[in-house]
Amino acid sequence: MVDKRLAYKETFDCVQCGYCLPACPTYQTMNKETHSPRGRINLVKMAAEGKISYDDLKEPIDMCLGCRACETACPTNVQYGSILESAKEVLRDETKRSKREQFIEHALFEKLLPHSSMLSIAKFGLFSYQRLPLQFVARKTGVLKAVLPKGMVAFESILPKAERSKEKKSNDEDAPPGTVKVAYFLGCLMDTMFSTINDQAIQLLRKAGVHVTVVKDQSCCGALQSHGGDFKTARQLAKKNIEAFENGSFDYIVSSIGGCGAMLVEYDHLLKDEPAWKERAERFAKKHADISIVLAQSELTYNHHVNHTAVYQPSCHMTHVQKNVDAPFELIAKVPGLNYVPMDKQDLCCGSAGIYNIVNYEASMDILDYKMPAVVSAKPDLIITTNPGCHLQMKMGVEREGLSHQIQVKHLVEVIAESCL
Amino acid sequence: MNENSNTTELVQRLRAKQLINESRILTSLSDRASYAYDASFGHHIPEVVIQPTATNEVSEIITLANELHVPIYPRGQGTSLSGGPIPVYGGVVLDFSQWDDRLEIYPDDMIAVVSPGVITSHIDEAAKAYSMMYPPDPSSMNVSTIGGNLAENAGGPRGLKYGVTKDYVLGLEIVTANGDIIRTGGQTVKNVTGYDLTKLIVGSEGTLAVITEATLKLVPRPKAHKTMLVLFDDLIDSGKAISAILREGITPSKLEIMDQASIKAVEAYQPTGLPIDVEALLLIEIDGHPLAIEEEAEEVQECCLKNGAREVQIAKSAEEASKFWQARKLVSPAIVQVKPTKISEDATVPRSKIPEMFRILKEIKDANNIDLVVFGHAGDGNLHPNIIADVRDEEEMKRVEKAVGEIFEAAIALGGTLSGEHGIGTMKAPFMEMELGTKGLALMKTVKESFDPNNILNPGKIFPEKGQKLVLRDG
Ligand SMILES: Cc1cc2nc3c(=O)[nH]c(=O)nc-3n(C[C@H](O)[C@H](O)[C@H](O)COP(=O)(O)OP(=O)(O)OC[C@H]3O[C@@H](n4cnc5c(N)ncnc54)[C@H](O)[C@@H]3O)c2cc1C
Ligand code: SF4
Ligand code: SF4
Repeated sequence: MVDKRLAYKETFDCVQCGYCLPACPTYQTMNKETHSPRGRINLVKMAAEGKISYDDLKEPIDMCLGCRACETACPTNVQYGSILESAKEVLRDETKRSKREQFIEHALFEKLLPHSSMLSIAKFGLFSYQRLPLQFVARKTGVLKAVLPKGMVAFESILPKAERSKEKKSNDEDAPPGTVKVAYFLGCLMDTMFSTINDQAIQLLRKAGVHVTVVKDQSCCGALQSHGGDFKTARQLAKKNIEAFENGSFDYIVSSIGGCGAMLVEYDHLLKDEPAWKERAERFAKKHADISIVLAQSELTYNHHVNHTAVYQPSCHMTHVQKNVDAPFELIAKVPGLNYVPMDKQDLCCGSAGIYNIVNYEASMDILDYKMPAVVSAKPDLIITTNPGCHLQMKMGVEREGLSHQIQVKHLVEVIAESCL
Repeated sequence: MNENSNTTELVQRLRAKQLINESRILTSLSDRASYAYDASFGHHIPEVVIQPTATNEVSEIITLANELHVPIYPRGQGTSLSGGPIPVYGGVVLDFSQWDDRLEIYPDDMIAVVSPGVITSHIDEAAKAYSMMYPPDPSSMNVSTIGGNLAENAGGPRGLKYGVTKDYVLGLEIVTANGDIIRTGGQTVKNVTGYDLTKLIVGSEGTLAVITEATLKLVPRPKAHKTMLVLFDDLIDSGKAISAILREGITPSKLEIMDQASIKAVEAYQPTGLPIDVEALLLIEIDGHPLAIEEEAEEVQECCLKNGAREVQIAKSAEEASKFWQARKLVSPAIVQVKPTKISEDATVPRSKIPEMFRILKEIKDANNIDLVVFGHAGDGNLHPNIIADVRDEEEMKRVEKAVGEIFEAAIALGGTLSGEHGIGTMKAPFMEMELGTKGLALMKTVKESFDPNNILNPGKIFPEKGQKLVLRDG
């Protein structure tokens, strides 16, 4: 009777108090309960009971950012993430995906992102994506220009030039006793589009006296695949990473990407039903730390002034999933010359959310436009981010406000590097 | 719910008028199903959801509904704990949550004028900019709408000193069941012209008229606060201490109690360092002039110690104060860790009967073998016995239903009431006669019929159907 694939049991933890409504970006911009956490949980429950169809469920779930702000707001600890994932996985099997969705997935997952041998293919993918005019890709894949998502066209213009990333080397010598040893997680998009940030991150770690290993055979974290409901691939990728990072003894597995980190800390959850992997996944997940945590604990010297008035846009996945809130603030406070100004709606998702801004371009721009006035009224000349997706989205926001010449967007690592390197 | 052809006609005729944007007329199943519930029990899918943002829109909708005999269910943010906005007979849900464009403060008159969908806490925040305060503070104030607060006459911890929603309403704009737009009250504190319709509408749970605007009274914001945490080995002593404080002429702005079961639940969930061997904990906040409250704090401390308090802690900073309150905030999340379903009651008794009520609650808990914790607003006798259960356990839910009935009986026997602030809705309708008597209930029914002869405004609420019983199982 009840569809056991859906996280039905978890829906009962929701007491429908509505405390999550003000925290939900889509409830604010789409103006109906259907697009609120409480609404979505109710619909998942009803779908599990067969009271509504999967088609009825599809739009409300597709429109969810997965930002998980509702989990932080919830006084009764409802596991919204599990409920959402279960719905995505079931909908992927049970409903028809539109041509548009299929095209985007094809472009992203098969061209852009890896599925067998990881990082090199990812890079190749992005290269071809940037080099080929999109119309050409569209024609070639037989998809008419009409279905070419506006999002892809819009973002193409603000994508940084893909660089052939330098090969990142591990420390040559063994770590002297007593040093903190970390394994660095590169991330496929990051290492292609924002390769220099990874370079700087590793340099900063070394400068802080940390021993860094760049583990070979690491792969994409699987976050984008799981956003799309493709948990099969996500699980495969997770296993590859667990295997790759198990071989050394590290104090931390460090990443500089809010979204990937959130995926990595949930590997235990992702593999909870696979006894052979459960414990290994737990060990992996526990070891992960965002770069800000390691740097905040270390003795870096901040040599140079970074003269900016900055706001900070936290990555939702870092705040609500990794639960890393304080470390970035601690670092920001240490940078000389940096004038940090708080902004309204700081915790509100920017609307990037994995590939949400490409798949649901209009909805994502509504959220961005709801957010930007708060950014603008704080009058910054710099927006600090901790995730490449947010980074691009904030750049887009700045451009939409016509402020590209006034406001820069930088990753926290770049700001720290400016001061320390 | 069967398609009601009258509702279909209402929607058609409404569309023909081109008054309301199509995006605010929700007809898909997933949209309608999202307005089938509130924060209590029950699930009924409306036939249509309409989101008005102007009085003339409401008037048109209700005029049509009255003509076609279609039920109208006003809804704020659906945080009601008594089934208030649930469309038990289908029809139209009027969703007011999107109508929040007006929130004006008039500092010289010390009033605020608000649209029905304005969030409660936003009113107080706006008032703060002028060093004023909107005192009613239901715990749900960051989510609930002023329309919902007015309809439920919501109150909160500050009720003891400052009163509840009804004490802050000067005037209303309402739409009656025949679609007329009427203003009640005015903008002045004194007003005795005719019947006090304003107060009649407040607390009427959307059954007499629909509220489209309110004029609210503001008060000067107190300059300082002080919070105290007091531990009692004996629950009866805490009751005595409360009486002593009030007799001393001190009215705390908040006076909250937690029983041993709530303290234990909180400590098991997120240890805050509270002793779990005490029977009761009082959280007391006093506000006013900084010098005055220094003195009052000492008097409160003395009253507590004289009446058997084990320990009195006075917060030295705002941070420490919010740490004290954290314990109270954690009660709700803590208690649902054990089992997911929470039945929040708010039976209220005269202040002097609090210890007696606690004793009876313990008996009810033991006799029915249920999980029950008690916390709430001790200062005004508004207790919150919360039962923790699992809706999927049919047998347990039957015991819970029985216990809830017994809690109501006990409150009334002690001279109290079914509900201090959560309202009657569907949940408490079966117990109305018990409190009001046949004649009292009949008089209320007469009022309802004269306001709403076709019974289109929130039908199925407050007044019990024949033979209606409290059922918490299966929607
Ligand atoms: C966790 C939690 C804590 C709570 N704490 C408190 C508390 O401390 N004190 C307290 O008093 N309550 C409390 N409540 C109950 C609830 O929040 C209040 O009753 C609140 O007033 C409901 O507001 P709402 O906007 O959600 O209205 P809804 O729940 O949507 O509706 C409530 C009632 O108002 C009617 N209504 C709504 N808008 C209008 C309108 N414009 N015109 C006419 N009728 C209308 C509805 O038909 C319904 O009968 C709590 C609820 C929760 C979930
Ligand atoms: S994950 Fe974000 S968008 Fe989705 S329901 Fe929660 S708060 Fe709303
Ligand atoms: S805050 Fe939590 S319990 Fe309340 S409605 Fe949202 S998800 Fe449900």
